[in-house]
Amino acid sequence: MREPFERIVAEHGDVVWRVCRGLLPEHDAEDAWSETFLAALRAWDRFEGDRVRGWLATIAHRKALDVLRASARIVIPEEGVPDSPVPPAGRDLDLWAALARLPDGQRAAVVHHHLAGLPFDEVALVTGTTSTAARKAASDGVRRLRTLLALEDA
Amino acid sequence: MTTTLVAPTDPALLGRLHARLEARATEDAALDVHYRTVDSPVGTLLIAATELGVARVAFEREGEEAVLQSLADRIGPRILRTPARLDGAARWFDAYFAGARDPFGLPVDTRLARGFRLEVLGRLQEVGYGERVSYATLAARTSSPKAVRAVGTACATNPLPLVIPCHRVTRSDGAVGAYLGGPETKVRLLALEATGSLPA
Repeated sequence: MREPFERIVAEHGDVVWRVCRGLLPEHDAEDAWSETFLAALRAWDRFEGDRVRGWLATIAHRKALDVLRASARIVIPEEGVPDSPVPPAGRDLDLWAALARLPDGQRAAVVHHHLAGLPFDEVALVTGTTSTAARKAASDGVRRLRTLLALEDA
Repeated sequence: MTTTLVAPTDPALLGRLHARLEARATEDAALDVHYRTVDSPVGTLLIAATELGVARVAFEREGEEAVLQSLADRIGPRILRTPARLDGAARWFDAYFAGARDPFGLPVDTRLARGFRLEVLGRLQEVGYGERVSYATLAARTSSPKAVRAVGTACATNPLPLVIPCHRVTRSDGAVGAYLGGPETKVRLLALEATGSLPA
């Protein structure tokens, strides 16, 4: 017996947003969010298993890569590019901008582990690496983020 | 560093994202069921539809979660809340409660009823606004004229109350009889149709 999909959106919409926004600029993240849930919706009557969050994070990760590939864009640090006129939470904006300055592997590991709350074995599945490598990337990423955020505070 | 570093996502943003998902899912015909709720004088009503039309109207007391789970089990789990897509259906209920005798025809999908129950729904649709018939009279109009009890069951399990007017069927002894929305709601609906306005 599968849950009505609306319940999945209500429960995981926030996490999927953090994954999309953690990996993409704001406007692209909105596209990736709706494409992620549309793809999940299409497959929902065939979904097996109970790791819904990891499954959604995997789809979101692929959608984010699709968006980046489609726009054939080199990821430009967002520093100094306000993407909304009045940031609702300045601290968040700093975090997103700082995340954008991490190497791809560190960025993905930090997003999936620290923002989406996936355990490292699932982070490894999503990002196509090993659990050990994911743990190291997240740890290196957090260290680097601390430096970046401290510099911005100064 | 933990997830608490990030403030909870702005509900307005999530609402905007959800609206985009509704539009994309509608374009792609990716939904088994879409639904919304409507505030009415008899409480919040849940309206659920398929591509063909409204398939389920549920009263608040039935419980939104339980109704949606039952729709997932019986029709399909690809269910999304799509208020804008059901604006037309919402207007039908507004008109009905404002005393409109015959609001515009609302497309319906009767797939949740089968066999004799489906036949009874067909006879119910022929009972006009403001009319009252007994369960026995309605049974007499079906292919099983003595199946009064089965007619009662068909009315009690009507997936489309209000739209398919099972509230117009009352007991031969004058009592209003059972109603999914509660007997007091049935009394008020009969009064609405008799007087043109809904008693409090």
